[in-house]
Amino acid sequence: MNIVVCVKYVPDAQSERAFREQDKTVDRDAVDGLLSEVDEYAVEEALKIVEASEGEVTVLTVGPAQAADAIKKALQMGADKGVHVCDDAIHGSDAAATSLVLAEAIKKATDGSPELVLMGMTSTDGVMGVVPAMVAERLGMPQVTFASELTIEGGSLRARRDGDAASDTIEASLPALVSVTDQINEPRYPSFKGIMAAKKKPVEQWTLADLGVDAGAVGIDAAWTKVIDVAKRPPRAQGTIVKDEGDGGTKLAEFLAAGKFL
Amino acid sequence: MLTDEEKAIRDTVRRVCDDVVEPNIVQWYESGDLPARELAREFGALGLLGMHLEGYGCAGMSAVDYGLACVELEASDSGIRSLVSVQGSLAMFAIWRFGTEEHKQEWLPRMAAGEAIGCFGLTEPDHGSDPSSMRTRARRDGTDWVLTGRKMWITNGSIADVAVVWANAGEENGGIRGFVVPTSTPGFSAPKISHKLSLRASVTSELVLDEVRLPAEAILPEVTGLKGPLSCLSEARYGILWGALGAARSSLETARRYTTERTQFGKPLAAFQLTQAKLAHMSTELQLGLLLALHLGRLKDSLGLRPEQVSVGKYNNVTKSIEICRTSRTLLGANGISGEFPIMRHANNLESVLTYEGTAEMHALVIGQALTGVQAFR
Ligand SMILES: Cc1cc2nc3c(=O)[nH]c(=O)nc-3n(C[C@H](O)[C@H](O)[C@H](O)COP(=O)(O)OP(=O)(O)OC[C@H]3O[C@@H](n4cnc5c(N)ncnc54)[C@H](O)[C@@H]3O)c2cc1C
Repeated sequence: MNIVVCVKYVPDAQSERAFREQDKTVDRDAVDGLLSEVDEYAVEEALKIVEASEGEVTVLTVGPAQAADAIKKALQMGADKGVHVCDDAIHGSDAAATSLVLAEAIKKATDGSPELVLMGMTSTDGVMGVVPAMVAERLGMPQVTFASELTIEGGSLRARRDGDAASDTIEASLPALVSVTDQINEPRYPSFKGIMAAKKKPVEQWTLADLGVDAGAVGIDAAWTKVIDVAKRPPRAQGTIVKDEGDGGTKLAEFLAAGKFL
Repeated sequence: MLTDEEKAIRDTVRRVCDDVVEPNIVQWYESGDLPARELAREFGALGLLGMHLEGYGCAGMSAVDYGLACVELEASDSGIRSLVSVQGSLAMFAIWRFGTEEHKQEWLPRMAAGEAIGCFGLTEPDHGSDPSSMRTRARRDGTDWVLTGRKMWITNGSIADVAVVWANAGEENGGIRGFVVPTSTPGFSAPKISHKLSLRASVTSELVLDEVRLPAEAILPEVTGLKGPLSCLSEARYGILWGALGAARSSLETARRYTTERTQFGKPLAAFQLTQAKLAHMSTELQLGLLLALHLGRLKDSLGLRPEQVSVGKYNNVTKSIEICRTSRTLLGANGISGEFPIMRHANNLESVLTYEGTAEMHALVIGQALTGVQAFR
């Protein structure tokens, strides 16, 4: 089975992140970026499926020039080829526009007939988690989100979704789109052979024109929502001090329960 | 200064160390015991073992790649780097460079994968810096070879599947010769050396060779004399001249963080000029060492290195690294001797690193000889 994995290049959460003054978008030049961590799970799952049967893994990203790093990382892990959609007009796109570009790129990469599309459940920067559903809708595919376990059997797939109260197992016909959680597997490290092999793997560069997407349909001006203001998180307030008057244990337990830690 | 691939290699080794070494190293060090076989398999899967060798399942990476990997390994612990150095640069390299095609086919793929572990026996109880006087003998008996003698301070000895043993085969057979000895051969034993106060997260052993009978094919055919073991050592020393800086980096980083957080006399330790002078000096030495290592690495990848160039690297980088660890230790005060911080462990480890693979004194004498034309160590 051929699998397309959509990955995102996100600012490294370890470094100080900033927004650009002029349009309130994330300043991607100011910080180092990397392959969104949750997407590594999607890449790993794709590699496992292909290794157990056959087929190719294509990684797809929509993003600025530096986003090529995210593709490279996935290729180093073992994906077969990359597609990078890069166009200045995409800057500032919202989730709806991003899903449009992704859907068109998936179609083009698979000659119009994708078999399985995998994504991380959400990006580690935007944390909206809506893009997988939107892409599935645009492709007219079943969407299985937040999968913590995935098996492919013939023409269908089964996925386990873990909720707070219960886990359910879902079956869907293929082709389908699945977004995965960080519980699904343990992503591999790129081996040295993988790192060397990645240098020779093909990466296609596409623009909006290549996809037949109208530049007016994407980008900051086409976004349905707009960021009006951004403010730094205020410094952490002082923590709660629980005074032990014989009931310290109970109070602590109540505090933890209130925060859903217990 | 580094290519994207070099950075990827460095990052990958860092990640593996963070995942499999860092959470356990303190316990391994304190107990003097480590799951070397599991680690070898983990490292093998990555491509770390014999990574700078070509073919036979080895990753075929550059000298700079290998050096960067050594830094990350040794930033976790010198013992872990030693496991990798001895496997790749000593045992595997000896077979790869001087062995027969059969030796290579039999051992290298399994060693690269971490399924077989190798050791390298040169040092003896009575002959360390002067291996040419070794007493271990290889005697011909029919077509067989019979090895007798003792080796001392042999890294990976007790856990090895194969030992590359250097023995004196007599003038008529070319003097010092290398032998590929499966450790299951009758007469071979490798008791572990305990009571080490340095490099505790590394297996160090004695090799006892009691009439070890080997077939004619066990000999490494492609080299005679001391230049055999010395060229292997040159490979390993090259890795060490990078690796030691990892221990220094870890210590300096610990001290830098600590001095910004710890307050005395109403201000952070980092705010005192004496502290800053120490930090500045250490950081400068560390960067100079890294530049030297990178320069030697690029040379090794292009023209190749002369032994005295490797000596300059090992001599400078290990002595500077140990000094950085000791100075970092002072900055932590009493906490500096605590096992809660890595510094004392690094400093203790580097005492071994200073001695093995040619002591600092021997490297000074190699450099001295290159400068003056006079050999002062004999
Ligand atoms: C943890 C550990 C692991 C090791 N692993 C291995 C291994 O895997 N394989 C292996 O073969 N060996 C190994 N060694 C041995 C190591 O290589 C030797 O210890 C080293 O070569 C020094 O030999 P020595 O200990 O006999 O010291 P000696 O040679 O006795 O030296 C003692 C001191 O005298 C100095 N000295 C000696 N000769 C001269 C001279 N001519 N001029 C001036 N000063 C001199 C030395 O520099 C040193 O300071 C290991 C050692 C350690 C500690």
